[in-house]
Amino acid sequence: MSKIIKNLKQFSTSNDRFEGAHLLCPGCAHSIIVRELLNCTDDNLVIANATGCLEVCTAVYPHTSWDASWIHIGFENAATAATGAEAMYKTLKKKGRLKDPDKPVKFVAFGGDGATYDIGFQFLSGAVERGHDFTYVCLDNEVYANTGGQRSSSTPRGSSTTTTPAGRVSYGNKKYKKDIVAIMAAHGAPYVAQVAPNKWKDMVKKYQKALATEGPVFINAMSACTTEWKFPADQTIDVSDLGTDSLVFPLYEIENGSKLTITYRPKNIVPVRDYLGVQGRFKHLFKKENEHIITQMQKDVDKKWEMLQRREEAGV
Amino acid sequence: MEYKGWDQVEAGAVLPSFEDKNCDIVGQKQEDRNYAQTNSYTASVADWRVFKPVFNKDVCIDCQNCWVFCPDTAIVSRDKAMLGIDYDHCKGCGICAEVCPTNPKSLIMFFENEENDEVLSQWPEKKKKEK
Repeated sequence: MSKIIKNLKQFSTSNDRFEGAHLLCPGCAHSIIVRELLNCTDDNLVIANATGCLEVCTAVYPHTSWDASWIHIGFENAATAATGAEAMYKTLKKKGRLKDPDKPVKFVAFGGDGATYDIGFQFLSGAVERGHDFTYVCLDNEVYANTGGQRSSSTPRGSSTTTTPAGRVSYGNKKYKKDIVAIMAAHGAPYVAQVAPNKWKDMVKKYQKALATEGPVFINAMSACTTEWKFPADQTIDVSDLGTDSLVFPLYEIENGSKLTITYRPKNIVPVRDYLGVQGRFKHLFKKENEHIITQMQKDVDKKWEMLQRREEAGV
Repeated sequence: MEYKGWDQVEAGAVLPSFEDKNCDIVGQKQEDRNYAQTNSYTASVADWRVFKPVFNKDVCIDCQNCWVFCPDTAIVSRDKAMLGIDYDHCKGCGICAEVCPTNPKSLIMFFENEENDEVLSQWPEKKKKEK
């Protein structure tokens, strides 16, 4: 049974289950994303958290910020821990050894982009293949932010990170961002979606759908990082707005591995240049010799959007 | 609360969020909950702030944008009305002031050492739209 959320005023009557005074940076989008997931449901939650910013900052001994069952597990196996708990829950239910068997319990795993795209990828793939009933949320800030900003396979081309610094010779990261949503959809997961914190209603809808879906669900959440993307702390929502409006982060969902639906179409599509311009990590791209990277990026984004629109039209 | 030394901490730790085990988390408001000392709600990050948001009740339209976008659960909102800011948990990031849609804004960032009453008495006037 999911909670019905009609508008923001009604949503604001939810009792918060994610407490303040965690140690995430001021203006971090991680906590906005996580808070909404915890507030959008009345069910009990079992949460597994991979190592990363979110884990390090919300469970600093002797404090915890979670008003739900929460476990910290290694960098790679958040998906495995959540599915293990789910398997145990099902077995205990079958044997009739649960105290309150009618109360719904949802299993959620959180991981950063490092834990999802790189280190925990095999484990996530395995968990989805086994078909457990759980939701995996990837907090995608496109960099290993917790350890000081090394590149991950989610880092977009042209981004300057500590391991791919931009300078006289290099324009930053040379590799393209991995399309994780397409990969997870190809696993045949019943529900795969991309969300952004600035579109809260779209996010809540997708979360509720994800929790209600039986089977493995993958959600990729854009999480603007003030420290590594290098913008002022109060600009988090504005930068996310630019990300979704320039279609660098298109919001869409894929059901049963094939049926694609675009959930947000910006009224005015912003050029990618505007999105890059507000972030310090792309500052060097505005030099004369690097302009071709921006042009290329705009072409890639347009191509992707065209592809999404055609796929939606065709319904495959 | 007694703090353990680094060499006394056992490997693996369980931190209870509440004192009573059968806490109805979904049904209880934050002020009614029986928080354990290990819940970060009992801690404070007030000393992180350089700027603080100040809330002006007269201009607020209770749209709750600040509530939904606050990363630190520091906006106190009860029964669809915005009540104020929880200065124990606010880190002063300024997102709430940025997303506030009213004119003039009902949340504005000020220096931490300024007095709230003084600031409220000099609240900016409504700006006219530039044509």
